[in-house]
Amino acid sequence: MRIGVFVCHCGTNIDGTVDSHQVAEEAKKFPHVVYATDYLYTCSEPGQQEIQQAVGEHDLDGVVVAACSPRMHENTFRRTIERAGLNRYMFEMANIREHCSWIGEDREANTHKAIELVRMAVAKVANHVHLHPSYFEVNKRVLVIGAGVAGMQAALDCADGGLDVVLVEKKSSIGGRMAQLDKTFPTVDCSICILGPKMVDVGQHEKIKLCTYSEIEDISGYVGNYTVNIRRKATYVDWGKCTGCGLCMEKCPSKKAYDYHNEGIADTTAINISFPQAIPKKATIDPEYCRQFTKGKCGVCAKVCPLGAIDYEMEDEIVAEEVGAIIVATGYGLLNMEELGEYGAGRYPDVITGIQYERFLNASGPTQGHVVRPSDGEEPKRVVFISCAGSRDASLDRPYCSNFCCMYIAKQAILTRDHIPDSEVYVFYMDTRSPSKGYEEFIRRAQEEYGVQYVRGRVSRIYPKGKRMVVRGADTLLGTQVEVETDLVVLATAATCAPEAEELAEKLRISYDEYGFYMESHPKLRPVETNTSGVFLAGACQGPKDIPAAVGQGSAAASKVLSLFSKDQLESDPQIAQVMELRCVGCLKCADTCPFQAIEEKELPDGRVVGHVIETVCQGCGLCTSICPSGAIQLQQCTDNQLIAEVEALCQAWRERSSG
Amino acid sequence: MSSRKVAEALGIELVEVEDWSCCGSTPAHTVDHLLYGALAARNLAIAEKMGLATVVTPCPSCLVAFKSALEMVQDDGKRKELNELLDLPFQGEIQSKSLLQIIYEEVGVEAVAQRAKRPLEGMRLAPYYGCILTRPPKRAQFDDPENPITMDRILEALGAEVPEFPFKTECCGAAFGLPKRELVLTLSAKILEMAQEIGADALVVACPLCQQNLDLRQGQITSREGVSVDLPVLYITQLVGLALGFSPREVGLDKHAVSPNRLLKKWEEKLKE
Ligand SMILES: Cc1cc2nc3c(=O)[nH]c(=O)nc-3n(C[C@H](O)[C@H](O)[C@H](O)COP(=O)(O)OP(=O)(O)OC[C@H]3O[C@@H](n4cnc5c(N)ncnc54)[C@H](O)[C@@H]3O)c2cc1C
Ligand code: SF4
Ligand code: SF4
Repeated sequence: MRIGVFVCHCGTNIDGTVDSHQVAEEAKKFPHVVYATDYLYTCSEPGQQEIQQAVGEHDLDGVVVAACSPRMHENTFRRTIERAGLNRYMFEMANIREHCSWIGEDREANTHKAIELVRMAVAKVANHVHLHPSYFEVNKRVLVIGAGVAGMQAALDCADGGLDVVLVEKKSSIGGRMAQLDKTFPTVDCSICILGPKMVDVGQHEKIKLCTYSEIEDISGYVGNYTVNIRRKATYVDWGKCTGCGLCMEKCPSKKAYDYHNEGIADTTAINISFPQAIPKKATIDPEYCRQFTKGKCGVCAKVCPLGAIDYEMEDEIVAEEVGAIIVATGYGLLNMEELGEYGAGRYPDVITGIQYERFLNASGPTQGHVVRPSDGEEPKRVVFISCAGSRDASLDRPYCSNFCCMYIAKQAILTRDHIPDSEVYVFYMDTRSPSKGYEEFIRRAQEEYGVQYVRGRVSRIYPKGKRMVVRGADTLLGTQVEVETDLVVLATAATCAPEAEELAEKLRISYDEYGFYMESHPKLRPVETNTSGVFLAGACQGPKDIPAAVGQGSAAASKVLSLFSKDQLESDPQIAQVMELRCVGCLKCADTCPFQAIEEKELPDGRVVGHVIETVCQGCGLCTSICPSGAIQLQQCTDNQLIAEVEALCQAWRERSSG
Repeated sequence: MSSRKVAEALGIELVEVEDWSCCGSTPAHTVDHLLYGALAARNLAIAEKMGLATVVTPCPSCLVAFKSALEMVQDDGKRKELNELLDLPFQGEIQSKSLLQIIYEEVGVEAVAQRAKRPLEGMRLAPYYGCILTRPPKRAQFDDPENPITMDRILEALGAEVPEFPFKTECCGAAFGLPKRELVLTLSAKILEMAQEIGADALVVACPLCQQNLDLRQGQITSREGVSVDLPVLYITQLVGLALGFSPREVGLDKHAVSPNRLLKKWEEKLKE
């Protein structure tokens, strides 16, 4: 084997604490190495050209690049050597940056470690074999989970690009949080006026199949070929017949059902259409409140429905869909006020959340847009907003910023002054976060044009005093304590992950952070991809974000799917597990270990049972190889022999050093 | 007094730490942290030697001192410094809890309620936990830091009416009694006033220092703060004791500055009904 070694300086990233030149010089002495050099930026165009040239000039058949993490540039260099005519798997990266130069300051020790890392990589490449990807068909349908503004945008872009879309939404209507909002910052345009038409487009698009009131049961398969079981929850109304006339809602005697769309500031009927602009505009029965379910008799809606759509016997239904890619757009949740003891833990009726306030402001809300105090229905003359209620609070293990509340507080403060001109508005804040276009100007407007009083400081307690509430906090600019007596307090409660976000992530096999937000594949360069190929992210499920950002991600995720589907066939990575049938004892321990169900039973012509790896499902994690008692299952390009060769090279060097 | 009686009645065996000394509390804390830790650690070390598993205290200030010493001893450097000051080596294997926590967690609300001979019916009580029993949460490891409910639950289970009290964890200022008396009066006035506003017959505390401060200063508050306060301030075990059947005298209710007689009368009448 003729191996070339290319050592990168990465500017001073590596060469600052590793003598790259010396590493290359040492590498020249290793077995199989016929050429070694160092270069300022190996990944740059001249750097790559040098590799290509060396492959030809020195007749190389294997290449080692000692540089950064393979997660950065492995694919870059694989393509380089492929262009030079080599099999792209005859390649290995020694990570002398993240694993070496960045973590130690002792140049001599680092250089020594870098040499050893390269020594091991060379030993491994010497045992490499040519691998060839195989190709498989792609099912060009896409599943979008969550129909908030991000999911809707993704679905529309995919559908407009010619793809068939299955859009699954947990609630009975699409729209997400944006459908609850009154106006939107920084333009203060009516939320449902801009969202409504989009919802209609989604509802009417011939390429979009809507599954609302549905959840993901399970997902199997792999990029290009997923099978998804969708649980269509029982609505107890035959949506094929329901026309959304609303007669049932008028007559339903159970009028105290929890109103999710209005965040509990009003009640609704047990059978309801969640809001007037709902898509699909169909009724749903909430069995928790329906008398037919709680008391065993009622049947009023069944009697009044002119189309006979009511069906109390309806059951959940599981529907299977085949898709090639998945966009997750499940949005966010909001912190429960009960976790905020100092703000009353939800005990005071006149302390409400920002999203509840949106419903008071909203002309199609239960108060027709008149702001009132929940306790007595009177118009508040003073309103206090508290930002970061549960966000940026290490004591609640929630150190992150919820991103959009500073802005919606400014919006709600302006709207309050608009609705109640003789009102006074206070905002307690830590600092205002308004980095996007037009945002800082918007907050300024709230302060200067609308006279909203911004008090910099945190609130330590809210307590009732007669009919009013007292907000006690610090004014850190004046350096004093302040107490503001007020009629209404609005908390900008922290954005959390969507309910059951973790469970869905497990089904999708994608990672999530400690707060339940989904992890993108790279925070800067792969913001809508996940580490599971074929699964993409959009909107606030990846982290709190406002509407413009959520819509942007919806489109970005759609474009990723469209480019994935631009090919008819996908390549599968050949660096996967493989069973050597001669050695396999058929214990199938590997099948139990595999987290991806990639191993199946296979019967050989002689009747012997062995394990068999399903090429397209295996993710190459290697768990199975460590469990196999006979060493029969091996990860290609990371076989036991290769690992032993690496260790052997290391020991050999050590032996030589200690004897010499 | 009431703590001993109640503990005994609830089957909690209390053993006095031999030759115990002051825990250090606020005075030592403001002067020298190491000394503060050592004073508390001395008591804990003795208790450890006596083979006890838990040091119980009715006082949150002692509790904080003990918990700080237990935190210090986890750090190797500090453990050494501490032990240099101590005669007995301190291992830090013992735990420390408030009497309230023992009653709530180890005896349990239901068990306490079952033993009640004379339920606290007719009493409207404002539960006041004070500023350090539940905070900082990482150290206290007990109840909700901002909206604690353990006393609420115990008193409710014993038949009392427990209205929503917004100032459960405000500071009464007791520790500032000498350096800044004005401040203490302002802070204490707020708490007492609020308790009166919600119509409480008495304020129930979980800290002897709060008890003393809020009980003894009512005259000063009335003359200086321009609010008229007249509210008995009872320690939690005094009430539990009453419910378990001890006489007001046995739980020390004859020793208060603000007499609880009106409360007791109301209660007696209710019990007769
Ligand atoms: C009070 C308040 C005011 C705001 N005001 C503004 C504003 O003025 N301007 C602005 O730009 N932003 C504003 N925002 C932020 C805005 O709400 C978000 O940016 C936006 O809703 C994010 O859209 P999304 O599609 O990512 O998530 P969401 O709107 O949360 O939509 C997610 C959807 O997924 C569904 N879903 C969740 N889990 C599942 C599951 N497991 N299966 C199926 N479906 C699921 C949900 O039911 C929901 O329909 C405000 C937020 C709040 C709280
Ligand atoms: S957006 Fe503003 S209010 Fe919301 S958490 Fe961040 S800083 Fe706090
Ligand atoms: S390498 Fe991982 S994914 Fe592949 S078969 Fe083995 S355990 Fe399963």
